[in-house]
Amino acid sequence: MTSTVDGAPVVLKLERITKRFGALTANDDVSLDLHRGEILALLGENGAGKTTLMNILFGHYVADEGTVAVAGTNGTLKELEPGSPHAALNAGIGMVHQHFTLAENLTALENILLGTEPLSSFSSARGKARKHLGDLMQRSGLTVDLNARISSLSVGEKQRVEILKALYRDARVLVLDEPTAVLTPQESDTLFATLKKLASDGLGIIFISHKLDEVLAASDRIGVLRGGRKVADQPTAGCDKRQLAELMVGKSVPESTRTPQQPGAALLVLSQVTTGTGRDALHAVDLELLSGEILGIAGVSGNGQGTLAKVISGLEAPISGTVSLNGKQLTRSSARGMIDAGIARIPEDRHRDGIVGPMSVAENLAIETIRKPENQRFGFLRFDAIAARAKEAITAYDIRCQGGNAPARLLSGGNIQKIVLARTLDSDPIVVLAAQPSRGLDVGATADVHRRLLEARSRGAGVILISEDLDELMRLSDRIAVIHRGHLSSAERTENLDRGTLGMRMAGHSEEQAA
Amino acid sequence: MSDILDILLAANFWAAALRIATPLIFGVIGALVCERAGVLNLGIEGIFTAGAMAGWMAVWLGAGLWGGVLVAALAGGFFGLIHAILTVPLGLSQHVSGIGVTLFATSLSYFIYRTALPDVSSPPRIEAFKPLDIPVLSDLPFIGPALFQQTALTFLALAVVAVTAFVLYRTPLGLAIRAVGDNPSAVESQGLSVYGLRIGAVVAGSALMALGGAFLTMSAFDAFFFGMVNGRGWICIALTVFASWRPGKALLGALLFGAFDAFQVRLQTEVGSFIPGQVFLMMPYLLSIAALVLVARKADYPRALLVPYFRGQR
Amino acid sequence: MIRFEPREPASLSRLILVPVAAAVVALALAAIPMGFAGLNIFKAYGLMATGAFGSLFAFTEMLTRATPLILTGLAAALAFRAKLWNIGAEGQLYAGALAAVAVGTGVIDAPSFVLIPLVVFCGALAGGLVMLGPTLLKTRLGVDEVVTTLLLNFVILLFVQMMLEGPMKDPMGMGWPQSEPILDAAALPKLMARMRIHGGLIIALVAALGVYLLLKRTVWGFEIRAVGENANAARHAGIPVTATFIRVGLISGALAGLAGVGEVAGLKGYLTADLSPGFGYSGIVVAMLAGLNPIGVVVAALFIASIFVGADSMSRATGVSNYLADLIVAMALISVLVSGLFLRFKVRFVGQRHTEGAAK
Repeated sequence: MTSTVDGAPVVLKLERITKRFGALTANDDVSLDLHRGEILALLGENGAGKTTLMNILFGHYVADEGTVAVAGTNGTLKELEPGSPHAALNAGIGMVHQHFTLAENLTALENILLGTEPLSSFSSARGKARKHLGDLMQRSGLTVDLNARISSLSVGEKQRVEILKALYRDARVLVLDEPTAVLTPQESDTLFATLKKLASDGLGIIFISHKLDEVLAASDRIGVLRGGRKVADQPTAGCDKRQLAELMVGKSVPESTRTPQQPGAALLVLSQVTTGTGRDALHAVDLELLSGEILGIAGVSGNGQGTLAKVISGLEAPISGTVSLNGKQLTRSSARGMIDAGIARIPEDRHRDGIVGPMSVAENLAIETIRKPENQRFGFLRFDAIAARAKEAITAYDIRCQGGNAPARLLSGGNIQKIVLARTLDSDPIVVLAAQPSRGLDVGATADVHRRLLEARSRGAGVILISEDLDELMRLSDRIAVIHRGHLSSAERTENLDRGTLGMRMAGHSEEQAA
Repeated sequence: MSDILDILLAANFWAAALRIATPLIFGVIGALVCERAGVLNLGIEGIFTAGAMAGWMAVWLGAGLWGGVLVAALAGGFFGLIHAILTVPLGLSQHVSGIGVTLFATSLSYFIYRTALPDVSSPPRIEAFKPLDIPVLSDLPFIGPALFQQTALTFLALAVVAVTAFVLYRTPLGLAIRAVGDNPSAVESQGLSVYGLRIGAVVAGSALMALGGAFLTMSAFDAFFFGMVNGRGWICIALTVFASWRPGKALLGALLFGAFDAFQVRLQTEVGSFIPGQVFLMMPYLLSIAALVLVARKADYPRALLVPYFRGQR
Repeated sequence: MIRFEPREPASLSRLILVPVAAAVVALALAAIPMGFAGLNIFKAYGLMATGAFGSLFAFTEMLTRATPLILTGLAAALAFRAKLWNIGAEGQLYAGALAAVAVGTGVIDAPSFVLIPLVVFCGALAGGLVMLGPTLLKTRLGVDEVVTTLLLNFVILLFVQMMLEGPMKDPMGMGWPQSEPILDAAALPKLMARMRIHGGLIIALVAALGVYLLLKRTVWGFEIRAVGENANAARHAGIPVTATFIRVGLISGALAGLAGVGEVAGLKGYLTADLSPGFGYSGIVVAMLAGLNPIGVVVAALFIASIFVGADSMSRATGVSNYLADLIVAMALISVLVSGLFLRFKVRFVGQRHTEGAAK
């Protein structure tokens, strides 16, 4: 029963998928068709149910209702066994997750071969595999050193390995979850060119995104998810950005924008900061943060942003170079020292570094100031004071929880971020370090984060905003510096920059080379 | 100095080193297989005891020596399965579960032994493995007595190293085991079962550990004593780190350890009158701690070691 | 098939129900080895119960046995709260006992009110110092503390043997490797006439209350909990993680050292190398049964002690091996691990062929 739309046969059919997690309905009666040779963009903001839907497709989750059917080699649709990645792979579905599923200590070849040969076999036909992969790389343009350990590859190269994994298994459907989140604009363009080529060879492709521009540029058809429901499914031709944005978000959220403001004196100064070895190490980094500005740090993930944040957070001491705040030396300060000096730090991974999940909301709000007299007396905790301040913060920052005693782990990502914001910003810090502060948050929560950062700026604090989202950076930052392989470019005023230039610098091309 | 040289140049010293190393080789390789798949198995001490007791008792009941080896391996696999179920699908703390398995396997072994033999003053003996007399090789000067007058279990241990190395690095199964200890979601995204691989590796590794115990009652001695394992399991856990989870280095580490131990036993007869015997008995444990300290900074732990995996969660 | 779903914070009744259920399951499972040994199972349970609770003597014996278990249980519970895996309570217990003997057998002659606190302090200090080593190796060099604490147990026991056969041997001991007796002035007072129950129990109960208050009400306790639950976040929030580990290591080792003090200065009166039948390891079971709660540790120690005392008594009456007690204790640990899942997850039995995993 092959149905045809636009002439091409359907290769994948999701029918009336519903998935609930407790009270939350992540997917609500979603149906979707994918045709041979088609690029379908699945658009939706964080939390709209895109990833859940793809995890059901790939068998990581079992849907509560609904079915997935995939076309066999002869073109007839066959229902897929739910809950089995193995069955999904055998049916010809290849998936590139947002967080790569690669074994870092193994080589690219080993990762690609993994699971493609019977486990009872006594040998591994690597020579043949190499040859086949050589052909695939040539045809698709996805070249990568097969003998390299994954840990030595760049993010873009890792993504190529992920796609090769699918192609090596003769995938007929390729799903990519937020594939451009970690790429430069130029790398993204190359990726979409490759995808177009693969589609013209007959592959059906779904890519998940929340970026309107790339969805419009690279897809044949667009499906929009909102709150777990499919709210639109139409050919890309004829879509426009405003209409898609409204479909995606539903209600329009007022976006914070910065108002021009004269920056003040230098606050935080990094001079020639160098850290250990490795991909993420910093090399002679200079940085000057002014009062009343937001300084954006752009870069592809894994180029030293993490280390920069660690140094400013007091979690890693530089080998050489200095860090000072208002002229006061902070080079070898501990995390405690940085907090006491007036640096608020919003960690990149809020679940890992931001909260202690099993401890209560109130305790998580007090954790940075637990030794301050307001929270303890003679080493004993002042429960009443801690609870009272938690109550204030919960109201002031609109933290949705069942009171201060609820374990923080039960909160949503947005509310966890509010805990972090409340405890770091409430003391009116001099400097705010915000690392990927809106990652994984929905539009409302993101707007909230942006508003708080802009408030800090207007009251005269200096804000360092580390982000991989160029739109976010260009909207909020007064100046932007680019980090590549541990080298930080000098910051330039945002008005003088465009996406293309930033992208080139993120890829390591300096202006002279480009010219 | 010349005394020390004499010790090192004696063939029986190297024979002793290899003999002492044999149970450790089984243990380290067993621990290595578990940890390569991402599961720390602190049940090892109890599994050694269970292997020693079960193997011995099977022979004592008339199963024959190789029957005893098989029974020991099965006993090890059984306790490994308990640890695997607790830590892999149920995702419980590998530390605590391992200690639990050690307590369980040890007390169960002691209880069964005591219940089967309630009133014996001296432990009954079995006809243990004899050193193999390999024609020609055993008669070689020095090398013969040092290397080729060992029991069959020692040769089995050496074979286990070779087979483990081959499987880990040359077969699809080994690739999957290494991958599941590095990043289980890589394994699942390629359609393999994380739980299946991990449970299988822990059961197989535990069976190997039990053979280390069986060597004690069926080759090194010919009877079962309480407390005879005496920390060998823990030493194997330390040696696994020392060997950076590589079978070849594990063999080397175990041999080095055996040599040290054989050396200190001989040194004891030389200088034992000045230094209390306990100092020498402490050496294996202190040596293990020293080995850990030596490699701690650069130890390249399997990335997913100790991290439970739940499907659909990355 | 079984399906796990994460649960909201567990209610108090469930927190208590789970270990009780585990204890009952472990006791029930004991029927299998008892049957295997040819016992009349009901009679055997009866003998165990009377052995632990049947008379005032039995009851005080149980409390005497619980005394070191409370302390080693607290040592494990506190350390595990910080995810510092101290499996070395056995060695720390011996270190504490050795220190108690070193200062309490005549080196210093002083009245009781000086000598007893001194003995207690030195025992605690010795235990703490023994744990300081593995803690520093962990924090400075990243050496796994599980293996080092386990290995140190053997080293310390050998060291004790060496001292008992050498410098600390009792010349009046008829050649047995044992220490000189503790001075009367250094001995912990007996709590009841003609019974063995001693002042160590008071120390243990005070310690339990102290650890409870430490964890619940103090800044240190807050920091210990934060480090144990998420060391990364704790470090990021400016909590001194290394100092916290060292603090925990010292206190945990000291608690185990106190168990040793109680055994020599309260119970035996002198030190031998078979002072502890594995109190350090049983302490881990106690701590897990208690869900790492210091007050729960007291209850769990009473349970484990009654198993030991009851099974000993039953063993004497029937001739069945007293390794049965160790077996029941080991099964209790595994039972409590499994039943702990019911605290963290709702377990649902569903008719579906495929299941999805539990999220943490």
